Amino acid sequence: MDILDILRAALQQALGPQAIVFALAAIGLNIHFGYTGLLNFGQAGFVAVGAYGLAVSVVTFGAPFWLGITMAIVAPLVLAVILGVPTLRLRADYLAIVTIAAAEVLRFVFGSVEMKDTFGGSNGLNGYAGPFQDANPYSSGIDLGFISFGRNDLWSLTVGWVLVALCCLLVWALMRSPWGRVLRSIREDEDAVRSLGKNVFAYKMQALALGGVIGGLGGMFLALKQASVVPSDYSTLMTFYAFAALLLGGAGRVMGPVIGSVLFWFLIAGLGSFFSQSAGKGGWIPTVIMTDTQASVIRYIMLGLAIMLLMIFRPQGIIGDRREIAIDGR
Amino acid sequence: MRKRLYRVLVALIGALMVLLVGSPGAAQATETPPPDATAIQVTLQDEANKDAEGNPKPIPGVTLEVSKDGEKAGEGVTDDKGVAIIVVDELGKYTVTLDEKTLPEGTVLDENTKGEATVQVRFQGPNNRAIFPIGVTAGEESNFGKDLAQNLRAGIVFSLVLCLAALGFSLIFGTTGLSNFAHGEMLTFGALMAWTFDQVFKTGALASVSVLLAGIIAVLLGGLGGFAQEKILWGPLRRRGTGLIAMMIVSIGLAIFLRYLFQYFYGSSTRSLSQYNGQQREQHWYYLWLSLADREAIIVLISIVTITAVCLWLAKSRMGKAMRAVSDNPALAASSGLRVDGVITNAWVIGGALTALSGVLYAMQLQVNAFMGMRILLVILAAVTLGGLGTIWGALVGSLVIGLVYELGPLFGVPTSIKEIGPLLIMIVILLVRPQGILGRKERLG
Amino acid sequence: MDADMTDQTSTETNAVASKTGPAGLVGASTEPGSKKSDPIIVADKITRTFGGLTAVDVDHVEIQRGAITALIGPNGAGKTTFFNLLTGFDQPNTGSWSLEGKSLKGVAPYKVARLGMVRTFQLTKVLAKLTVIENMRLGATGQKGERFWAAPFKFLWGKQEDEVTKKADDLLARFLLDKKREDFAGSLSGGQRKLLEMARALMVDPEVVMLDEPMAGVNPALKQSLLGHVKSLRDEGRTVLFVEHDMDMVRDISDWVIVMAQGKIVAEGTADSVMADQRVIDAYLGAHHDTDLSELDEEVLEAEVEAELEGDIVQEEDSK
Repeated sequence: MDILDILRAALQQALGPQAIVFALAAIGLNIHFGYTGLLNFGQAGFVAVGAYGLAVSVVTFGAPFWLGITMAIVAPLVLAVILGVPTLRLRADYLAIVTIAAAEVLRFVFGSVEMKDTFGGSNGLNGYAGPFQDANPYSSGIDLGFISFGRNDLWSLTVGWVLVALCCLLVWALMRSPWGRVLRSIREDEDAVRSLGKNVFAYKMQALALGGVIGGLGGMFLALKQASVVPSDYSTLMTFYAFAALLLGGAGRVMGPVIGSVLFWFLIAGLGSFFSQSAGKGGWIPTVIMTDTQASVIRYIMLGLAIMLLMIFRPQGIIGDRREIAIDGR
Repeated sequence: MRKRLYRVLVALIGALMVLLVGSPGAAQATETPPPDATAIQVTLQDEANKDAEGNPKPIPGVTLEVSKDGEKAGEGVTDDKGVAIIVVDELGKYTVTLDEKTLPEGTVLDENTKGEATVQVRFQGPNNRAIFPIGVTAGEESNFGKDLAQNLRAGIVFSLVLCLAALGFSLIFGTTGLSNFAHGEMLTFGALMAWTFDQVFKTGALASVSVLLAGIIAVLLGGLGGFAQEKILWGPLRRRGTGLIAMMIVSIGLAIFLRYLFQYFYGSSTRSLSQYNGQQREQHWYYLWLSLADREAIIVLISIVTITAVCLWLAKSRMGKAMRAVSDNPALAASSGLRVDGVITNAWVIGGALTALSGVLYAMQLQVNAFMGMRILLVILAAVTLGGLGTIWGALVGSLVIGLVYELGPLFGVPTSIKEIGPLLIMIVILLVRPQGILGRKERLG
Repeated sequence: MDADMTDQTSTETNAVASKTGPAGLVGASTEPGSKKSDPIIVADKITRTFGGLTAVDVDHVEIQRGAITALIGPNGAGKTTFFNLLTGFDQPNTGSWSLEGKSLKGVAPYKVARLGMVRTFQLTKVLAKLTVIENMRLGATGQKGERFWAAPFKFLWGKQEDEVTKKADDLLARFLLDKKREDFAGSLSGGQRKLLEMARALMVDPEVVMLDEPMAGVNPALKQSLLGHVKSLRDEGRTVLFVEHDMDMVRDISDWVIVMAQGKIVAEGTADSVMADQRVIDAYLGAHHDTDLSELDEEVLEAEVEAELEGDIVQEEDSK
């Protein structure tokens, strides 16, 4: 076993594109759940329409690249309105069920054989990211000694982390304002806010839309980085990973989702590397207990366990403040 | 005179695709490929339509397209032996797509198969074979009435299986208020336990009742699982005052934990029970215009008996009444001296057992794998939301509607490959018009 | 606003001799649904049923402007439901009602609040995870910084925020909560929460203040100060309507008392006349044999505590 190797794999993922996608998805969730108390279990759907908004407009409808980028922002906005109108007046668990259902419906539709001409079926779409790759100002990759990124990755990472920083800045500016105060109040008691003359529904809708669009930016980034969109990327697991990252970092904190996402991928990649080195041929764990295939599964078992334990024992995450955490985990 | 009805085929091997180099058997193909060419051979056979010796009849005249990386690589039409040979240029991964429009009149793709399969062209020797699950089912004639009858039957079976799981969900939701996202895994647990004990019994003296015994054990273990969940996890959480939303997220963690734990021990392959798996020759039962395979008749019978028993129990027994009282108004029930904790424990045990039973029956109707519960969870949620979250009778009505929508949707334009979207869309629409569900009361909403 | 000014003078003179009630109510009929000289709220034929149970069935009622009106009645009389209906938190099966002649039928609760009718809740709804001052700031209306597009830019709303804070601080000082300014509202005592909720309602500048059991769970030391605050609301020219079980308080501060039983209004009048009314005695006795009013208070409190302990599910339901 090579500790350095494990660390390298973990660090590469923690700073890499996956962490950016999930940081953006989790920032969106943070606005929904951390600040407003909306239980959106369909963030993967918002991420997906962001990615497909770009890909479909460019590939299927031949729109110019800038229009594709615009669509990546408009599509989640539309989704938020469609989902919000029926459910935001209802109890929190209804929103959860409808959003998770809608996200799955979207994934099924994007991947369906019947609509292959529009969405590319299970193979997805590609061939739209040219302008993004052409805009790459770097002439070579970067080697930091311990970890290194190629030329294309470096460009993606630059764009991605700048996007994350901008979103954090926006969330910070919004949440210190009276608007943010209304959201935090809704999180705690809608009726109190209503009794003071605030249109709770409108605020919830704004929060859902903003968080959805930021999630959609995550999808757009993933689409640009991968140069292809595939429906299987946007399963409910994506939502729950983003939730795990958010809870890990700390809901209701500006930097919570970012720290959470980086740490989440550090742990997932680190554990993956650790177990794949430990099991199978040459590993110290006998194959009776753990085979190669099992080694790739064990980190997800630990992930599930971690979500439970975090929620029960430290619902405020790493940097959250227990006194004002949205959900009372106690 | 018995009316012969449309029969569903659950066989895995519908067609045989062979990669070969100059197979002599292909001599009669319309376009004989050069003998040294690399080619994909596809044989299409109609499993439901067998000749006197019991061999499936070949299906001629069907167009097959082979593509690689989205680019078309070749095309072929099956000859009167049902064989098509499509030459490809290089080794690699190909996708074979069956053009459903060219299937003969009255033949449709079997519900378990897709019109598409991936072929890995790896070797160049003549004996390398690959088998792919492209199945074709033939009907004597395909018309809307018969499709309706067939889908209706599938819908009823699915409804009843769904209903058991939805009842379990509703009992737990009603008494605790928890939307349990690990409910799907409770169903998977039932199915996996049935399969495991079936493995134990199927070779011994008890082989003839293997599935029955395994099913009973699985249901008991399901109840025990519910009990353990309540005692180890949910009860203590409730007593320390954990909020419902926090518990919901805990249940997601539990779902992921269990799902991958199952995968850890059972892998990701799909398994069948030793009996009632649809692969043996089956007796058919005819009720009016519905025909049920014996295994389906058993599923229907067990479900109806169980559902009736549970409903009677809820309506008549002391515990059942207490459970409904707690569902209606926990505060009132508590102040009238009911032991709410005891009622909740009961709900978990019975909910767990019902859900495990649903898993066993689902395993009989289809198959077992570690992810089955995850996929059906959303359909369960749709059923209970449709009926009215937390209402017992709502779960019954909701499951019936959702089960039928699920299976009948394809007749009304829902693409077959994504028939899950029917129930989910219905649920979203229902929430728009009548958020409390069909049988829910308005006052229960915030 | 002109009408308010004239009213303010009339209530001020009456405040001195509060036992006799404001001039506007002198000579008003004590029959249920009687006409008032200057009604601010008028409700007609309001019914609300839950399943088979009729919780509210009010034929006609008028609330006098600038007066303190108490709404009393035995447990389950439909007082809180009626409150919810008036403020838009629940919708009646039939009926119409208006504030200053403007129909409130089908008007969303937040719009009712903006029209000048602000309520508090039986179980106080202070935002426990916000600080006291943030709770107060939330109450202010017309904040530019509450609009999404303006929110990220502090220079657009910073000045207004300062004004809001000034107003909030003044109110906190008046309600003796200024020492708690930076504390989380969750750390306040029950009585302080009632005070905060009332102070926060005043941030909206309401015409009508609706208090749902302002004395429930408040310790005796704070009661007097709360009473003073309610009276001062009237002295500022506001109309106060409150639900209360504490008969001492009702007698002490109310100009007019409306009695509900089984969803209907059974009697109206000044506190003294109502308490001597046979219909009122019947209503209470009918609801609870051999219990006097103070025991009833305890029962209600018990029920509330129980409800509070039960947590989320009940909270979802208590808006009915």
